[in-house]
Amino acid sequence: MVAVNELQEMYENMVTARQYEERLQEEYMAGKQPAFDISAGPIPGELHLAAGHEAAGAGVCQHLRDDDTVTAPHRPHHIAIAKGVDLKRMTAEIFGRESGLSGGKGGHMHLFDPDVNFACSGIIAEGCPPAVGAGLAAKKRNTDSVAVAFLGEGAIDQGAFLESLNLASVQNLPVVFVVEDNDWAISMPKERVTDVENGAQRADGFGLQGMRVDADDAVAVSEAAREAVGRARDGNGPTLLEVQVHRRMGHFMGDPESYRPDEDKDAAEQRDSIERLESDLQAHGVDDETIDDLRSRAHDRVEEAIEWAKDQPEPESEDAYEDVFVNPPSGVTDNEPSTADTGGDD
Amino acid sequence: MAQQEKDDASGQQAGRSLTMSRAMVEAIAHEMRADDEVFYMGEDVADYGGIFDSTEGLLEEFGRDRIMDVPISETAYLGAAVGAAQEGMRPIAELMFVDFFGVAMDQIYNQMAKNTYMSGGSVNVPMVLTAAVGGTYNDAAQHSQTLYGTFAHLPGMKVVVPSTAYDAKGLMHNAIRDDDPVVYMFHKRLMGIGWLPAPDGPKTGVPEDDYTIPFGSADVKREGADVTVVTLGLHVHRALEAAADLADDGIDIEVVDLRTLVPLDTDTIRDSVAKTGHLVVVDEDYRSYGVTGEIIASVAEAGLDDLEAVERVALPDVPIPYARPMEDEVVPGTEDIAAAVRAARGDE
Repeated sequence: MVAVNELQEMYENMVTARQYEERLQEEYMAGKQPAFDISAGPIPGELHLAAGHEAAGAGVCQHLRDDDTVTAPHRPHHIAIAKGVDLKRMTAEIFGRESGLSGGKGGHMHLFDPDVNFACSGIIAEGCPPAVGAGLAAKKRNTDSVAVAFLGEGAIDQGAFLESLNLASVQNLPVVFVVEDNDWAISMPKERVTDVENGAQRADGFGLQGMRVDADDAVAVSEAAREAVGRARDGNGPTLLEVQVHRRMGHFMGDPESYRPDEDKDAAEQRDSIERLESDLQAHGVDDETIDDLRSRAHDRVEEAIEWAKDQPEPESEDAYEDVFVNPPSGVTDNEPSTADTGGDD
Repeated sequence: MAQQEKDDASGQQAGRSLTMSRAMVEAIAHEMRADDEVFYMGEDVADYGGIFDSTEGLLEEFGRDRIMDVPISETAYLGAAVGAAQEGMRPIAELMFVDFFGVAMDQIYNQMAKNTYMSGGSVNVPMVLTAAVGGTYNDAAQHSQTLYGTFAHLPGMKVVVPSTAYDAKGLMHNAIRDDDPVVYMFHKRLMGIGWLPAPDGPKTGVPEDDYTIPFGSADVKREGADVTVVTLGLHVHRALEAAADLADDGIDIEVVDLRTLVPLDTDTIRDSVAKTGHLVVVDEDYRSYGVTGEIIASVAEAGLDDLEAVERVALPDVPIPYARPMEDEVVPGTEDIAAAVRAARGDE
């Protein structure tokens, strides 16, 4: 049973993520019209949005503490928001600003916030082994922290994921693998790349628990996640939790989605876990005024983060030479052709 | 440029021009029509046509059996290409981004690249590994590398880097027909993709008929008397831009496009340096232990008499940062090349 205040928290996180990405989309498209040039505008490079995935991030992360570790993939915003990543600094990072989480070095696929133990990798499934490592550290240190690796269903065919399942299982580590199944690995429908409809069945072959829930029912996601996180925290081993989500966007901004049947996209847009959770809140006696307050609080927070981020200065070009090492050697040189001018680490 | 190529090219000068991606695809389609044993495997290569248009239109002609979408399992499908090649087929397998090689490196460098040697030449691996490379569009550290030097360093792979549509087609024909593993690295910025505009230059006249460009034949893209600029990929075009700027100041550079790193056409480089006496090497890969050092060493080994000055322009030894000012700083630009040329001449 999920308490009403937990439902409200989940709702606010989900609405924040949706509104945040709608605003990011607007900002991203600025400077990319009429001709879409991926390197133009205030947010250049790839942008992977998660509309339709929000329940997975919110439902899982509401059972996590700051000292629990999360690794996220290339589509990280909704997870980061639910984990409590600093929204202003995350936004500044996405805008490539000096006050961003990584000073502009990482970008939207590489968000790192050590204050809440959040990290990303843009390489499919490669966040799984580090999550296993965080679980290993918790076990060795005898803490009750857990680690959660988020990945897409396209990643369940990747060696790094399968090896991580095995290692986490055989070592009985406090790890939860959360698969967000949106049915599409870019243009490849799931049935064309795996013979297993239910990805949670992968767990059977490695001796860990497998669960599958539908994000249409955010409450069910939260309940499943409570069980999985609880199992990890109690020292009872890892879980593979697959969440059926819905891809309301292209794989990345600029994806023409010409490979995708219209009906499929329409169906995804009609199944909105945020609307359903709103009904659930009402059924639990939460009045409309409270729901409106949650929405407007999310709105204000998003606007504040985006406005703040856009006001931040860009990094200096020379900042590129810093942070390769914590203890830099003297040999990192810049691109100057003839002089012996070295980088900014001196 | 071999005489045969020149004839082919000149025969088409008045004709159509193609983007680099169309030229690549044309060569692949030609080889697939000619040989049922050629097939293409990769992520999003069928319905999508390749994220960077590397297979655009091939599904319609050849169907799913020969234009195969595969799971995100690079170790399995790159290794499957190795196995099918050892059976005598001619697979082409694509890494969507070269940066993803890490998840499947064993199949590439311990299997694909070594099986011929380890078998004493009794096994061969006639496959092509295609990979999108390069930055300049703020895709950050895990999606912007070229890794030219990494692949060229490890023995057993031929390494191809086209810079124009004409070269892309001829090199692809040669890659598919070659009996050894070929790594074919195409720069995203050169492909002519709608959402990633290419500079002027890679779109060229391309003969409709098939033709091959032999590996190990660098191409002098611009003749000049004063300084030799050796480069590849996107930076051929940046060097040519720099050449135009430098020409205004009376500096006449020769631009040598390597076209293949393995084998390396050291003769063309040395001949050019013998003429100019000044060598600038420009690379979009990391500076240390890489292409620039190798080119300079190959010239130095032949004798230092011709060499009056050397400069190199490459990515500094840092991962590629996201934000625009920092990426612009580390990826060599036209002005960096011009500055290196001036430095090689002793101008300041």
